[in-house]
Amino acid sequence: MKRLRRLFLAPAWAVTGVLFLTPLAIIWVYSLLSRGAYGGVIWQATAENYQRLFDPLYGMILLRTFVMASAATFFCLLLGFPLALFISRAGRRKHLYLQLVILPFWTSFLVRTYAWIFLLRDTGLINTALLSLGVIREPLPLLYNDGAVLLGLVYGYLPFVVLPLYATLERLDPALLEAAADLGARPVTAITHVIVPLCAPGFLAAGLLVFIPCLGAFLTPDLLGGGKTVLAGNLIQNQFTTARDWPFGSAVSLLLMAIVMIILLVLLRRGERLV
Amino acid sequence: MSRTGQRRTPGLLGLYAAGAYAFLHLPLAVLAVFSVNASRFTNWQGFSLEWYRATLRDTHLAEATMNSLIIATAATLAATAIGTLAAYGLWKRDAPVLSTSLYLSLVTPEIVMGISLLAFFQWIFRFLSLQLGMHTVILAHVAFSVAYVVIVVLARLRTFDASLEEAALDLGATDWQAFRHVTLPLILPGVIAAGLLAFTISFDDYVITSMVAGVDSETLPMVMYAMARRGPNPVLNAISTLIVVALGTVIVISERLREK
Repeated sequence: MKRLRRLFLAPAWAVTGVLFLTPLAIIWVYSLLSRGAYGGVIWQATAENYQRLFDPLYGMILLRTFVMASAATFFCLLLGFPLALFISRAGRRKHLYLQLVILPFWTSFLVRTYAWIFLLRDTGLINTALLSLGVIREPLPLLYNDGAVLLGLVYGYLPFVVLPLYATLERLDPALLEAAADLGARPVTAITHVIVPLCAPGFLAAGLLVFIPCLGAFLTPDLLGGGKTVLAGNLIQNQFTTARDWPFGSAVSLLLMAIVMIILLVLLRRGERLV
Repeated sequence: MSRTGQRRTPGLLGLYAAGAYAFLHLPLAVLAVFSVNASRFTNWQGFSLEWYRATLRDTHLAEATMNSLIIATAATLAATAIGTLAAYGLWKRDAPVLSTSLYLSLVTPEIVMGISLLAFFQWIFRFLSLQLGMHTVILAHVAFSVAYVVIVVLARLRTFDASLEEAALDLGATDWQAFRHVTLPLILPGVIAAGLLAFTISFDDYVITSMVAGVDSETLPMVMYAMARRGPNPVLNAISTLIVVALGTVIVISERLREK
């Protein structure tokens, strides 16, 4: 049995080793080299790429990314918790309600982002509706700003928090809630004083699961920020395309990877199953 | 189970949930509604299938869709085979380095995976006279979808009664026979579910694909991205609606199989 199992792991080892770990090792090496004139690298060791991360220009982008990811995480948890609570109390329709959260999540991130362009643009549905109702005279600048990016991220990753929060709520002992009610707690008090504290580990896991993809977000800021909201993901993409500075792009990527790896370690330590 | 035994959902929470579901689904519903609008602008001028006809006539779109289908099919077949074998291998015996690497690949930002694969392929191409194209896109898609397959199949194996396989072994089946004729048929719904999931992820990917695609391998999401950057477009609404319906169906089937 042992030999067969080891044989079965070989292809996955090959794929992970060659197509995931080796590419990461390459950008780690590249991050320590100098930029080539037309992309690529020159074999000349330097720490400059990492020093540039402290340049106020790039520092601001990283700070902005951190703030944006934190805000998106906060709103996802805020909006997702009541929904998870609702599903956990929905009795036999639980399953259907859960599916209704999962479904849009798996169907095309690109389409889901485009939907907001369609809604928020100057000539989009919201502005057209408000103009024709006479509420406003000029279209509101809804798209291509930080608010639109935040909205897109919250919309994109809301299902990410609902699933782990729901799983945590399902594990709660209903007797605790009954005890709270017996002792005279009103439903809202029971939620804020019993459920929320007991769900703290679930909040942490759910929050980190949103925070990670938001840190590396590229598509949302690119399409909904219209080039104005540059986050770390756009910075990396730009270094590998128009700016042709692969070593610096690699250094930014490794910084993101370092943060992601620390978060992953925290999650795995706590025995969290990720999906 | 009697309904009276269930906790009644407080009205306020139910109202909130209705709003949350509207938030999740209305944007997509709006796209669908305006995909059958006679006007090219966002004012309703009556029902028309004009944009669907335009979508089907467009040879550029047809070509990109074909590319996407070829890539997603090839990547799915490879990733499902590799991921299923790996899940079986990881089932009873843990390989911490491999499973941590797989987890890491799940949480690695797409853009980082894209540029690292680009750097990797360009480095390889210094030794081989090859270029970016369909093959690099397929390899990249296998790389990011294997972990999803492993997780889905592993979840299936954890609910599988291991004594069935042990019985086969006791009755003289070889390891391979026990896997091939007992375990694999019983976990097959999970394997197919994993494959369908991998297919949707592959079919929809833009970020990684755009980094490793060559001139001959423009995919549907790449065309859609270019259209989306130019602003709203009724043809894009039609394509989006078709994709949501098609991928939604695949996901519903996948979820059903996972529960089997």
